[in-house]
Parts: sequence; C-alpha cells; structure tokens
Amino acid sequence: MNNPIIQLTDLTKCYGTKKAVHKLNLHIHAGEIFGLLGPNGAGKTTTILMMLGLTEPTSGTAMVCGYDATRNPLSVKKQVGYLPDNVGFYPDMTAFENLRFIALLNGLHEKEAELKARDLLQTVGLSASANNKTATFSRGMKQRLGLAEVLIKKPKIVILDEPTLGIDPRGVNEFLELIQKLSREQNLTVLMSSHHLHQVQRVCDRVGIFVDGKMMVEGAIDSLAQSLHIREGLKTTIQLANAVNYKVIERQLSTIEGFESLAFHDGKLTITSRKDITAQAVRTLVYQQADIIAVQRDGDSLDAIYSQYFEQSTLRKEKDGK
Amino acid sequence: MENKNWISTPLRILIKKEIASHIRSWRFIILIALIVLTCCASLYVAFSDLRTTINNAQDPDSTFVYLKLLTNSDNSIPPMHVFLNFLAPLLGIALGFDAINSEQNGGTLTRLVSQPIYRDNLLLAKFIAPLCIVSILFASLIMLMIGIGMITMGITLEWQEVIRMIGFLGISIIYVGFWLSLAILLSIIFRQGATSALTAIGIWLFFTVFFPIVVNFVIRPFIPNPNYISESQYLAYHELILNLRRLSPSQLYTDATTSILMPSVRSLGPVSMEQMIGALPTPLSFKDSVMIIWPQLTGITAAMMLCFALAYFLFMRREIRC
Repeated sequence: MNNPIIQLTDLTKCYGTKKAVHKLNLHIHAGEIFGLLGPNGAGKTTTILMMLGLTEPTSGTAMVCGYDATRNPLSVKKQVGYLPDNVGFYPDMTAFENLRFIALLNGLHEKEAELKARDLLQTVGLSASANNKTATFSRGMKQRLGLAEVLIKKPKIVILDEPTLGIDPRGVNEFLELIQKLSREQNLTVLMSSHHLHQVQRVCDRVGIFVDGKMMVEGAIDSLAQSLHIREGLKTTIQLANAVNYKVIERQLSTIEGFESLAFHDGKLTITSRKDITAQAVRTLVYQQADIIAVQRDGDSLDAIYSQYFEQSTLRKEKDGK
Repeated sequence: MENKNWISTPLRILIKKEIASHIRSWRFIILIALIVLTCCASLYVAFSDLRTTINNAQDPDSTFVYLKLLTNSDNSIPPMHVFLNFLAPLLGIALGFDAINSEQNGGTLTRLVSQPIYRDNLLLAKFIAPLCIVSILFASLIMLMIGIGMITMGITLEWQEVIRMIGFLGISIIYVGFWLSLAILLSIIFRQGATSALTAIGIWLFFTVFFPIVVNFVIRPFIPNPNYISESQYLAYHELILNLRRLSPSQLYTDATTSILMPSVRSLGPVSMEQMIGALPTPLSFKDSVMIIWPQLTGITAAMMLCFALAYFLFMRREIRC
C-alpha cells in the first residue's frame, strides 16, 4: 500500500469562472475498486478526462501508473482502459471487427488480435452476436462490448464512466458481477463513476463522494457512516399483519442488548438500536404470535450517506441562489 | 518480428479502417456511379467527334489523340476536365464533411482518443484515406479511358501524353485534397453533419458559380470605355479581373488543367498581336506547360495546406466530450 497507482494532487479545472473540479486530492491503490459518486455535473467526467490526459488541468497533477497524464498521455493510455458513458461503435462494423480494430490500435498483431477478440467476446457473453453489426446492439450489449474493448489492451487500470446507465436491473447485476470477477482475477484497479449508490455499494471497496467539483468524503463505506455519525441508530422496520399488544412487545424487546427505542405506527414497528438486532427482534415477535410479513433494515447504507451530502450541497446552492 | 512496429503503426490501421468503411458506404457507391456516368458521357461525346478533330490540320494539338479524348467536346456536354472541375469538389466534400463530427456524435471519438495513438494520426487518416480512394479512382478511370482508346483506334500512346496525364491526375488529386481538407475543417467546426455539408456546398457553389459573376459585377463599373484608353491599359484591366478570379480555387484548377492537357496553350491571359508574331503554333513541352501553371499549382497546394493546418490546429486543442 505504499505507491498509489492513481495519484491526483490538487487537481483543478476551470471552465471560465466555473470551477468544474476544485483542488482534488485522491489516491487509489492497485487492485482496488473505487467508486466515484456524485450527482450529474459534479465534475466526475472532467476528472476522468484529466486522468487520461484528454483534458488539460488548470493546475495540479494527475499521476497515473507513475506517469504524468498531462505530459505523457500516451504511456498512460497504454495502461488504462476507459469506457466512456456514452459509448459508441462503428455501426457498419461487426462487434468482432470493432474489437479487432481497437486491438490493432493497441499494437497487437493481427492473429493475436483476432484470438483475443474472440476470447473476450466469450468472456463478456457476446460470442453469439460477434458477427452482427453493432448498429443492432442494445445498450446493455454495447456496454459489454465496451468492457471487452477496454480489456483487450490488458490494462492495469479500468475507468468506467457511468457504466450502469440505461441498462435494465438484471443487466446491471450481470455487468457489475463481471467487473468484480475480472477485477479479482486479473488484479485490476477499477475506478467507477456513478450516481447509482446501490450498485456501487455492492462492488466498491472504497467510495468517494464528489459534489460541485469537491471531494466531500472518501473511504470505505462503513467508515464513511461512522464519520457522519449516522450510526447513532440502526433502524429496523417490521410490518405486521395482525394487531399485537404493543406494551408487551416493548417490554420483551427491551431485554435485547443494544435496544434503544420502539415506535408503532400503522401496523409497522420501527426499532432503533445501537447494533443489528433484527434476528433477535424477529424471534421475539414470533413467540408473541405476531404475523410478520416484511422486515426491512435501514442501516449505514450508502443511501443515507449520499443523500446527506447531496442535501447539504443542494441546500447550499439554494442559499447561494437567494 | 522485426517489422512489427511497421505493421502495427496506428496510422496504417486507421487509414485501412477508413478506406474500408468508405468503400462499403452507400455514399461512395453513389459518388462512383455519378463520376463513372459523367466520364462515360463525356468520353462518348469526345469519341464521336474525334475524327474531325484529329484531321483538323489547323490545330497544333491534333497529334495528341489521347489528350483530345479528355478535352474534346461538341459543346453538348462539357469535356472531362471541365466536368471534374464540378465533380472533384463534390467528391472531396462528400468524403470529408462528417469526418470528425460523425465520430463525435456516434461516441466513437472518445473511444479512439483514449487509445494509445497520437491525436493527429486520426486527422491524418481522415485526410489520407479519402485521397487514396480518389487517386485510385481517377487513375483507373484515366487508364480505362486510354485502354478503350487503344482498342478502338489502335494509335500508340506518346510519352508526352503519359506525362501530361499523370500531371493532370496529380492536379486533380490536389484539387480534391483542397476540398477535402476544407470539408474536414468544417466537420470540426460544426457539430451537425448536415450543417457542415451545407456550408461546404455553399462555399463550393459560391466559388464555381457566383464568384466570377461577383468579380465582373464589382470591377466592370470601374473600367473606362475601351475606346478612350490605350491597349496596354485595357489589357491591365483584363489581367486584374483574371487575377481576382484566380482567388477561386476552381479557376486555378481550370487554368492548370487547360494548359496541361492542351500543349498549345502558351499563356493563360490575353496575348497581344506583337507577342503572337513570330510564335510558331507548335505544342509546348511538358516542362514549359508546367512553368506556365506553376503559380496555379502552388496556389491550390497552399490553399489545401492552409485548410488542413487550420483543421489540425482546431482539432489538437479541442476538448473531447460527448
């Protein structure tokens, strides 16, 4: 953990007077899956473009794989695979041809490129449509083809810009699992930008929340929650089908270690606790002849973290507006 | 394995891909059909009138049968070199008007520039690939024409003619190159393919149709009555009009092709009686013809380079975003 593979130092980008990215400092280590979270227009794409040397930073440096991305973009691009948010392919070429073309551009030999392209189409599950023109491809298929194309150059780092945008939920799951699997297998460093918290939460080792060009907070998901003090209470909501004796249940539940308070409303029990007591609470309720139809835990989810930061930022904007 | 670098040069791969996608496109098939049709038409007319032209002892060019094929016409249809004056810009514009903006709109530009290739390779490929296609097209058309002529007439080809045809080919390619680089420039400036195509066609129409009219319209009122000025003054005015018209690339092309395909053309401006006296009505050598049109050649080449340099300048500093 000594040498970060991506190292951004005071990275700043201004468009006119608007600061798209403001003094961004970020370290990402090899083999990590990092989630860059933020609302639209937060400067995520700009940051990614600066890491690839496609946009010049106004000040600060972006070191990727030991190279300065602004001064030495070619060496960076050799090691970094980038999947843009609105990925497109040449519609008059087949998936295989598109892939082979990119492989050749990355300096692979003709034979090698073809072999690799077939192989990767298999990996991303597109070998059946390898010889179809990409004009006929759905959004999800294009994303998977994009992933294959990113992998064909054998990158050390994969940067995915909004990879799950516009794919159906099943496709999202498959796609993220694929990324996670590949990252583990090939020890890839993955940087993923998204505004979809749940998806990122599932696969990321670490996340950074990025609002208005500033990194608000960065770290593993649980440590983020702690830093926010939203661990004050863990909420469990249990929906009941029949009426129960509220007093008795409260007395029973209060014996569980970690229990703090109980609220009853519309057949819903909301238990606040210091630690996760869902299992014990459910067992207690069942003994009390309660018919449980749904149990939901709101924990230290990314949702809470995310909305807290986003609300802050929108509040600030409204104030500025006034 | 030693020539691995040579084979996998990104520029070569890009050019290959560009040529492949041009050749497969409907646009190109239509263009070829158009050009082949007009060539056939003008050749047919040239052939039908050839006997009287060759037997015309007054014409010093009558020995150059194959050059006559390109320039001869009974005025029902313009000869081939005049036709090309119209078609070459169309060819250049059609092959270049969406060079960059289609990539940008299709989302392929971000993908391409994030590959380890220099950005100018992309622009060079966009320029060289269409020029390769056009050169092959023109060369094969001219060779076909010579072949047909040989079979039907059985007259041998002279070296002088071969060299002049190669010269004609070269000038035509440079002329297409000018329009191509203009179209590429417009495709960088305008996001929409339709806008850049319309602008390019507008410029083309202006130079081929309106520019001579505008020059005449503007200069005429300033020319005094020819009866009251000396001959040399009158000639000077004429020279002025001609030079202004030479600001248009199509005029340069007309000048250049006329004197390269008609060896007897000695001057592109008006010639006085004194100059004519003592001049033998013999064809010029190739070198002398080239000397006459050297300024025109330089002019077209410079215009092409200027457009390309501007395109290069704009593209290299451009932000690449969808």
